[in-house]
Amino acid sequence: MTVDRRKFVKVAGLGMIALAAKPAAELFGKDIEHVPAGTAHKLDVDHPKTAKRWAMVIDTRKCRENPDCDACINACHDVHNVPHFEEKDEIKWIWKESYHHAFSGDDNEYMPHDILHSNVLLLCNHCDDPPCVKVCPPKATFQREDGIVMMDWHRCIGCRYCIAACPYGSRSFNWRDPREGLENKNPNFPTREKGVVEKCTFCDSRLARGQLPACVEVCPHHALTFGDIDDPNSEVREILEQNNTIRRKPSLGTKPQVFYIV
Amino acid sequence: MHDGGKIILFLIILLVLFTAPVWYNIIGGQAGKEVNPVIATADEPGRDKCVYDKEYMLGNHMNVLNQWRDDVVRRGDRIHVTEDGRRFSKSLSLTCMDCHSNKEEFCDKCHDYMDVTPYCWTCHIEPSLYGERVVVEAPEVATGEEIKGEDMTVGHPTGTHGEGH
Repeated sequence: MTVDRRKFVKVAGLGMIALAAKPAAELFGKDIEHVPAGTAHKLDVDHPKTAKRWAMVIDTRKCRENPDCDACINACHDVHNVPHFEEKDEIKWIWKESYHHAFSGDDNEYMPHDILHSNVLLLCNHCDDPPCVKVCPPKATFQREDGIVMMDWHRCIGCRYCIAACPYGSRSFNWRDPREGLENKNPNFPTREKGVVEKCTFCDSRLARGQLPACVEVCPHHALTFGDIDDPNSEVREILEQNNTIRRKPSLGTKPQVFYIV
Repeated sequence: MHDGGKIILFLIILLVLFTAPVWYNIIGGQAGKEVNPVIATADEPGRDKCVYDKEYMLGNHMNVLNQWRDDVVRRGDRIHVTEDGRRFSKSLSLTCMDCHSNKEEFCDKCHDYMDVTPYCWTCHIEPSLYGERVVVEAPEVATGEEIKGEDMTVGHPTGTHGEGH
């Protein structure tokens, strides 16, 4: 039997596919669920919450009805060991700011008084095009595939380029040892140390355990909604379709993924 | 060689001074003393085997921790499967310190001896600092609406809440 070039290429191609099929099948066949669990440890990371693109909608109407409510802020700061410092030492993950400061340029003096003089809940916008990620020299801040703008505190060198780059003031620098400002610590979450920048991470570690972000879960007025904006059937998409929402400083092109119903 | 005696005397003194640390350790020092970490749960069934075997961990625990750190923080890969199929959450404070809860006798003993100062504990909270349970609750709602925040209990050392990285 003679093998011409055409036949050789065909057979070689089929052979390559066959060779590649085996490891591929092994890879897909390996189901981590079938591996027996460790006896000593309860694994709580087996059923994570996942999304193509996480986003949040904040209903500021509900926040305005309850101006003294700080449930989300307290929950977040307790869960993540966020210290309490004043003035320039302040560390913020989720905080309140006046409407004028939150949406500067989009406000005017004739708009409804209760809106203009209200406080708005702010947090990291987990931008689609995050400027902080671009400037970070050691890549301590990076964007996950699900859109979360994540921080690797092990890598942060404290240069504060990200603080300069973030147009939303979502980042805080630890000028002091944060443990000085903590009364009770959650041992299951680290503190940060002096010289490190920190911010909201959309509760990545809670999502990994199948839980919603702490602020969303604890809000007694259901003002915060969290979900997959890439899923047309998700609750966030439903709310966005039914309500007119705004984002902070949209003209900058960072594409914030925190939406506000005013 | 009029001063030969002096020269030799001072050479001997110099030699003794130069080798003093060696003599010091031979006579009464601690350098030869064996330092063994104490494993808190060595006899507890189910907790008597580490994620790798002891010999490997002795030399490579720092690499394992670095690998786990990068897996969790940067790749979102949080489950470690051992060679014999046991599964662990890749977590210093939830997994490692669950068995090795005696940081002083387990970590510090060797690190002090080797004069290394890993900076794990500037951020991660060591078991001796696990304080009172912190309970985060939603404030009472005037409307009497049911609060769906009961799962917000945090602060239990072996709890299920947000471990860091």
